[in-house]
Amino acid sequence: MNVLGLFNYWIFIFLMMVGFYILISRGNLVKKIVGLNIFQTSVFILYISMGNVRGGTAPILVEGDAVYSNPLPHVLILTAIVVGVATTALGLSLVVRIKEAYGTIEEDEIQAEDLLP
Amino acid sequence: MIAHLPVLQVLVPLLAAPLCATVRNRRVAWAVAVAASWTSLWIAIQLLTLVLADGPISYALGGWAAPWGIEYRIDTVSAFVLLTVSAIAALVTLYALKSIEREVEASRVSLFYAAFMLSVAGLLGITVTGDVFNLFVFLEISSLSAYALIAIGQNRKALTAAFQYLIMGSVGATFILIGIGMMYVMTGSLNMADLAELLPQVSASRTIPVAFAFLTVGISLKLALFPLHLWLPNAYTYAPSTVSVFMASTATKVAVYMLIRFFFTVFGPAFSFDVMQLDRVLLPLALLAIFSMSLVAIFQTNIKRMLAYSSMAQVGYMILGISMASVTGLTAGILHLFNHAMIKAALFMALGCVMYRVGSVHIDSMRGLGKRMPWTMAAFVIAGLSLIGVPLTVGFVSKWYLIQGALEKGWWPVAALILIVSLMAAVYIWRVVEAAYFQEFPGDDDDELKEAPLAMLLPTWALILVNLYFGIDASFTAGVAGAAARSLLGVGP
Repeated sequence: MNVLGLFNYWIFIFLMMVGFYILISRGNLVKKIVGLNIFQTSVFILYISMGNVRGGTAPILVEGDAVYSNPLPHVLILTAIVVGVATTALGLSLVVRIKEAYGTIEEDEIQAEDLLP
Repeated sequence: MIAHLPVLQVLVPLLAAPLCATVRNRRVAWAVAVAASWTSLWIAIQLLTLVLADGPISYALGGWAAPWGIEYRIDTVSAFVLLTVSAIAALVTLYALKSIEREVEASRVSLFYAAFMLSVAGLLGITVTGDVFNLFVFLEISSLSAYALIAIGQNRKALTAAFQYLIMGSVGATFILIGIGMMYVMTGSLNMADLAELLPQVSASRTIPVAFAFLTVGISLKLALFPLHLWLPNAYTYAPSTVSVFMASTATKVAVYMLIRFFFTVFGPAFSFDVMQLDRVLLPLALLAIFSMSLVAIFQTNIKRMLAYSSMAQVGYMILGISMASVTGLTAGILHLFNHAMIKAALFMALGCVMYRVGSVHIDSMRGLGKRMPWTMAAFVIAGLSLIGVPLTVGFVSKWYLIQGALEKGWWPVAALILIVSLMAAVYIWRVVEAAYFQEFPGDDDDELKEAPLAMLLPTWALILVNLYFGIDASFTAGVAGAAARSLLGVGP
C-alpha cells in the first residue's frame, strides 16, 4: 500500500482527530472554538491536496501547453474558509456575551451556575 | 420572470435581510420581512403548481449549464418542502410583530428580522439547489443565522444553548463537507443528478461507503436524531418564542429533506438500502428516538422543553417512514414533514401567546388559563389532539400512513409501538389541559391577564384551521407526498 504517497490523507485524519479531541475534551469555550477551527482546517487540507495534479502548476493561464492543478477545490475551500471565519466570529461573540452574563468561560462553572436556583 | 422563479425563491429573502438590518425602525423592518416572506410563499405556490403540472424544473444559475454550473432543480418533494417552509415563515413574520417586542430589546428587533430572513433564505436555498456544495453553503447560512436567532433574546441560558448548538452544528456541517469532498474525489462532479449517474461506477472503492457514512452522521446531527440530539432541548427552550416556532417547524424538516435527497436521489435506493443496509441503522435509532423522547417529555415541567422532546420523537417518526423504503413508508415520512411542521408551529405559537401574557411557560403558570385565555388554550388543545393523532386532524393522517407502511412490511411490533407512543403523547398533552382547565387560576379576580393580542392569535388559528382542513381532506397533501415518494423511488406515477 502506498503509505508515503498518501501522506496528505494521513495528515487530514490526524488533524481532524486532534481538532475533534480538543473540541470534546476541553471545557474552556475558547479552546472548543480553537478545536473546531483545527477540525475545519483539516477538511480544507483534504480538498486542496486532492486537487493537486502531479507535475501541475498553479491554475493561472500561461502561454503554451501547461498542466494545471485543479482550481475547483481551491474555490470550494475559499468558500469553506469564509464559512469557518463566520462560525468562529459568531462563536467568539457568543463567548463574549457568556462572559458578560456568567463571569466565566469554563463550561463546568457555567453549568454549576445554571444549577443554582 | 416565471423562468427565474427558482432563483427568486432564494433571492427575495436573501436581499430582504440586509434591507432589514440597515433600516433602524422596527415597524419598517417588520414590513420588509412580511413582504419578503409572503412573496416567497407566492413563489413557492407557483413552483409547486408548475412542478405538479409539468414535472421537475431545472434552472441553470447564471446561464452556466450543469454539470459545470450550479443547477437549481425542483421536483415534487422539493416543491412540497418549499411550500412548508415559506408558509411557516409567512405566518411567523406576522406572529413576530407582537411576540418579539416582549422578548428582544428594541434596538435589536431589526437585526432579528435580518437574521430571520437569512435563515429563511438558507432553508429555501437548501431545498431548491441541485448542487451538493451549494447545499453545504446554504446549510451554513441557515445554521449560522439560527445560532444568532437563538442567542438574540435576553435569557442568559440561551447563550450557552446557542454555543452548544454552534459547536455541534458546525461539526455536523463539517462532516457533510467531508462526505461531499470524498464524493468529489471519486467522481469529479458536484451536481446531484450527475453524481447519481457517476457514483454506481465507482462504488466498488471504499471511499464511497465512507462518504455515505460521513453524510449520514452529519445530517443526523442537524436532524437531532437520537443520540445526536443533545443540542435541541436547550436550543428550543431558551430561544425567544418566535424563534422556537420557526426552528421547530422548519430546521429539522429541511434536514430530513437533505437526508431524502442524498439517500434517494444521489446515492439511489439500491445502494442506500441494499448495499449499505441503511434501514438496519436508521430503524432502531428511529424507534429509540420515538419511545425515549416521548417518555422524557412526560416528566418535563417546562412546557417548551416538553414540546422540544416531543419534536425529536416526531422526527423519529419521519425517519421511521424513510427507513421503510417503500412507497407508503416514504409517503408517510414526507407527509409527516408537512403535518408536523403545522402541528408544532401551532403548539409553539400557542405557548408564545401564553409567554406574552403570563411571562413563563412552566406548567404551574398554565393553571386556570382555560378561562382567562380561551382561544389560546383551545388552539393548544386542538394542536395537541393533532399531535396525538386523533381523527379529523393532520396527525391522524400521517400516523395512518405510517401504520399502513409498517403493516405492509409485516412489522407488527413497530405498528404497536406507534400506537403506544401516541398514548404517551396523550399523557403529556393532558397534563397541560388539566392544568389549564381543571385547576384554579392562582391570581385574584381583577388580575389583568386577558387573551393574547389578535396579531398573535390569528396566525395561530390559521395554522389550526390548516391542521383541521388537511386532516379532514388530505387528498392534496397525501397526493403530493405520494407522487414525491413514487418519483424518488423510481416506480413511476
